[in-house]
Amino acid sequence: MLDIIRSKVLIAYTALLALISLSIFMSDADVTKGLISITTIVMIIVPLVSIVYATTYYFNASEFTELLVSQPISRSDILWGKFIGIASSILGSYLIGICIPVALFAFSSTGLMLMLSGCLLSLSFVSLAFLASTKTRDKAKGIGMSLIIWFYCSIIFDAIVLLFLFSFSDYPLEKVMIALTAFNPIDLARILILLQLDISALMGYTGALYRDFFGSGSGIAFSLIFQIAWSVLPILLATRTFKKKDL
Amino acid sequence: MKASILYLFFIILSSLTSANTITVAQKGRINNLGKAIALAKNGDTIIVQKGHYPSYNTIINKSLTILGKDFPVLDAGFREEVITILARQVKLDGFVIKNSKVGSLRDYAGIRIHRTEQVHISNNKLMNNFFGIYISDSKHVSIYNNSTQGTNSAQNSGNGIHMWQCQDIKINNNYSSGHRDGIYFEFVKKSTISNNRSVKNLRYGLHFMFSDDNLYRGNTFKNNGSGVAVMYSKRIRMYNNLFLENWGSSIYGLLLKDISNCDIKHNRFIRNTTGIYMEGCQGINACNNQFLNNGWAMRVLANCVNGEFTRNNFTANSFDVTTNGSLNLNNFNNNYWDKYEGYDLNKNGIGDIPYHPISLYAQLIEQIPQSVMLMRSFMVNLLDKVERAIPSLTPESVKDNHPKMKPWEI
Repeated sequence: MLDIIRSKVLIAYTALLALISLSIFMSDADVTKGLISITTIVMIIVPLVSIVYATTYYFNASEFTELLVSQPISRSDILWGKFIGIASSILGSYLIGICIPVALFAFSSTGLMLMLSGCLLSLSFVSLAFLASTKTRDKAKGIGMSLIIWFYCSIIFDAIVLLFLFSFSDYPLEKVMIALTAFNPIDLARILILLQLDISALMGYTGALYRDFFGSGSGIAFSLIFQIAWSVLPILLATRTFKKKDL
Repeated sequence: MKASILYLFFIILSSLTSANTITVAQKGRINNLGKAIALAKNGDTIIVQKGHYPSYNTIINKSLTILGKDFPVLDAGFREEVITILARQVKLDGFVIKNSKVGSLRDYAGIRIHRTEQVHISNNKLMNNFFGIYISDSKHVSIYNNSTQGTNSAQNSGNGIHMWQCQDIKINNNYSSGHRDGIYFEFVKKSTISNNRSVKNLRYGLHFMFSDDNLYRGNTFKNNGSGVAVMYSKRIRMYNNLFLENWGSSIYGLLLKDISNCDIKHNRFIRNTTGIYMEGCQGINACNNQFLNNGWAMRVLANCVNGEFTRNNFTANSFDVTTNGSLNLNNFNNNYWDKYEGYDLNKNGIGDIPYHPISLYAQLIEQIPQSVMLMRSFMVNLLDKVERAIPSLTPESVKDNHPKMKPWEI
C-alpha cells in the first residue's frame, strides 16, 4: 500500500490532473467552459491511466502475489486487497487532482456530477484492469488487453453507435440508445455530466426525451447503478477466475 | 405681456367652467364608476376611492381623467368585459381590473380601447382577464407601468396587451405574465415597446404579425413559449433586449419568419434552447449581440438571404450556427467565437484563418437527432477536428473570414 503512494507514476498522475484543472480554471473566466474542457480530458485520461496503471501494478507484484497465495489467506481476500489498494490510491489522485480544484472553482451540480462520475469511472476501469489481468498470463498481453478495452470504450463504441444510428435512422431509436449507453461506462459518465452542462441544447428535439429520462431521479439512479455495476461485476468475475487460476 | 394675461385668464376660466372633480366611494352618493361617468362632462376628473366595485363593461365615452386611489378594484365577475374606452383623451390610472369573461367567440378584455386616440393607461394591475388590454383601430395610445396577469390556462387565455390596426402606440415598463402572448401586434405601425417584462407566457413574450416600422428595446423576455416572434413584418428594430431561459422543444429566444430589413442590435441571448431562429428572412442585420450558454445560438435556414451577422459574441453555446441546406447566402464577419482555434500572427486582433461556425456534428444532429447522445464524446470531437482541418461535408459558404480573437465589449 505504501509503495503505491510512493509510486512516481501516481504522483505524476495526480500532478497532471491538478495541473490540467488548475490551468483551465485559471486561464478561463467562464467556469462552465472550464468544466466542459475538464470533462473532455477526464473522459480520456482517467480511464486510460486507471486501467494501464492497475494492470501494470498487478503484473509487477505477481511474484509477491504468488508468495501470498502460499500463505493461509483466501485467494479472494488477496485479490480484493489488491483491488482496494489500487482503487483507493487512484481515487485519491482523482480527488486531489480534480475534485479539490472543481470544488474550489466551480462548485455546482455540474461540478458534483463531474466528481461523482469521475470517481465511478476510475473504479470501473481499475476493476476492468483486474479482469483483464486475471484473464491473461503475461504482462504484455495484459496491458494489450486493457488498452483494447480503453480503446473500445472511448472510441470504437461511439463509432459503432454512430454507424448504428446511420443505418437505422428510420426507426425510433431513442429507447435503444438509452439501453446502448449502459454498455459503456464512459458514455454513462459523459451523459450524466452532459445533462447538467448542455441542458439547453438537450431541451430541443430528441434531447428532451433523454433529458426526461436521465434528468429524472430514476434516470440518474439507472446510470449510477450501471456505473456501479461496471465497477463491481468485472472484479467479481476476476475473483472467480483468480480462484481457479493456476499461478 | 398682454397675450400671457389673456392666456392666464383662459386657464382660470376653463378651470372654473369644466374641470369638475367627481368622487366615487363605495358608501357614497355615487357608488360606482358608471354613475360618475353619466354625470361627468368632457374634461372632468373622476377619483375612485379604495373599495371593491362591480363593473360590467363600463363604457367611457367622454374625455375624462379617471384616477384610482389606493388601487380600487373593478370586477366583472366573469360576466362581461370590465372597461371599454370609446372617447378621445382619456386617462385611466391606478386600478385593479379583474375577472373578465372568457369567451371563444368574442375576445373579452380587461380594458378595451376602440376607435379612438390619445388614451393614456397607466399604473393598473390587471388580473385574471381573458385579454388584458385590447386596443383596436386607435392612434397615439400610451400604456405605461401596468402589470397584467393572465388566466394561465392553455385553452382559455388571451393576450396580455393586444393591438389590432393601430398606429403610434407607446408601451413602456409593463409586466405581462400567464397570457397566450405577452404583447401582440397585428397590423400595427410606427410603435415603440420599451422596458417591458414578459415572463412565463404560454406562447410568445412579444409577437408581431404584419406590423411594420416598429421598435422594441430594453425589454426582458424570460421563460416564455418563445421569447419574441416576428412574422411577416418589415423594418422592425430590436435593440438592447434580453432573451432569457426560453426553454424547451421547439422553443426559441427570437423567432423570425418571413421578415425583411430588420435590425437586431445589442441584444443578449442567455440560456435559450435556440437563440435566434430564422426562416425566409431577407436583409437581417444582426450586430453586437451576445449569445451565451444557448443550446443553438443561431439557426439560419437556407432560405434566408442577405443577412449580415457582424461583431457578435458567441460564448459557451453548445452549437454556434446550424442550417439545413448546403448553400447559405448570408455573411458572417468579424464575430467572436469561443470555439475558434486559429492564430493571429500579425497581432491585429483578427484571426488569420477563417472560422467555420457549422460543425460536422451539428450537421449530423440535423439529420439524426438521436445522435445528441454522443455529444462531447471523444469520437465526435475527433470528427469535428478532422472536418475543421479539411472541410468536406459542412457548407463551405458559411464562414467568418475575420474572426475576432477577443470578445467584443458589449
